[in-house]
Amino acid sequence: MTKSVTITAPEGVPFIEFEREFDAPVAAVFRAHRDPDLVKQWLGPRGYEMDIERYDFTTGGGYRYVHRNDKGEEYAFNGVFHVVRDNEFSIQTFEFEGFPDVVSIESIRFEDLGNGRTKLHGHSVYPTVEARDGMVASNMEAGMAEGYERLDKVLTDI
Amino acid sequence: MIVDPSADDRLDRAFTALADPVRRRIIARLSRGPATVNELADPFEITKQAVSKHIAVLEQAGLVTRTRDAQRRPVHLNAAQLEALTAWIDKYRLIHEQRFRTLDSLLDTITGADSATDPIEREDP
Repeated sequence: MTKSVTITAPEGVPFIEFEREFDAPVAAVFRAHRDPDLVKQWLGPRGYEMDIERYDFTTGGGYRYVHRNDKGEEYAFNGVFHVVRDNEFSIQTFEFEGFPDVVSIESIRFEDLGNGRTKLHGHSVYPTVEARDGMVASNMEAGMAEGYERLDKVLTDI
Repeated sequence: MIVDPSADDRLDRAFTALADPVRRRIIARLSRGPATVNELADPFEITKQAVSKHIAVLEQAGLVTRTRDAQRRPVHLNAAQLEALTAWIDKYRLIHEQRFRTLDSLLDTITGADSATDPIEREDP
């Protein structure tokens, strides 16, 4: 059963939200966000290696990581974890180093749905609507490049 | 998916065009119907020339068109181009979904291994 992500980016306000359900207990979903060895397996776009310099998913902790592809393109991100409550809630800052000083504040709520299921609620606030749209657009570049690579692969296969 | 690079160029130009508050208000006004430069300049405390420049930027981004209607030259909203812009949300959604599907399979792996003492070490190739 698919439970696709829901994205909400209202007009005129600088935030973006997502919701997504998972067929896994909240402790597992939380661990996939906490343990860097797990984080690097899903957070980066496909076709990019995720090099985690530091990642301390605790209140007052911080992180820096770099997405790198085989063409040597790099996208580096850093931030601090303001609050992390196990299996419940986290707030972090998020900065793409390609857009220095444009920092978003991202919260994730881990909702236990029971029966081994979990719902994530994400909320990201940007300094301005323009920053939100710019960040979302640049975020997409990596993902779109990835789409092209996969299309290339399909095309060479036929 | 989009494979036409000029489509991405247009998207970039449209984002740049809409990054300006005056231009967003012009678009908002045009969504209620075509208007002349004079009519568009009216609510702003800037010169008609400045408004003309904003309209030129919107025109280059394909967001508005101008028709020759004798002296009036009304500006029209290009609704199709504006609609194409909303598709970035779909792309954003797609990227998140790809990421979360990867997380789905990772969660399958770690929950399947939960009875083990150290499930985290288990990695799929």
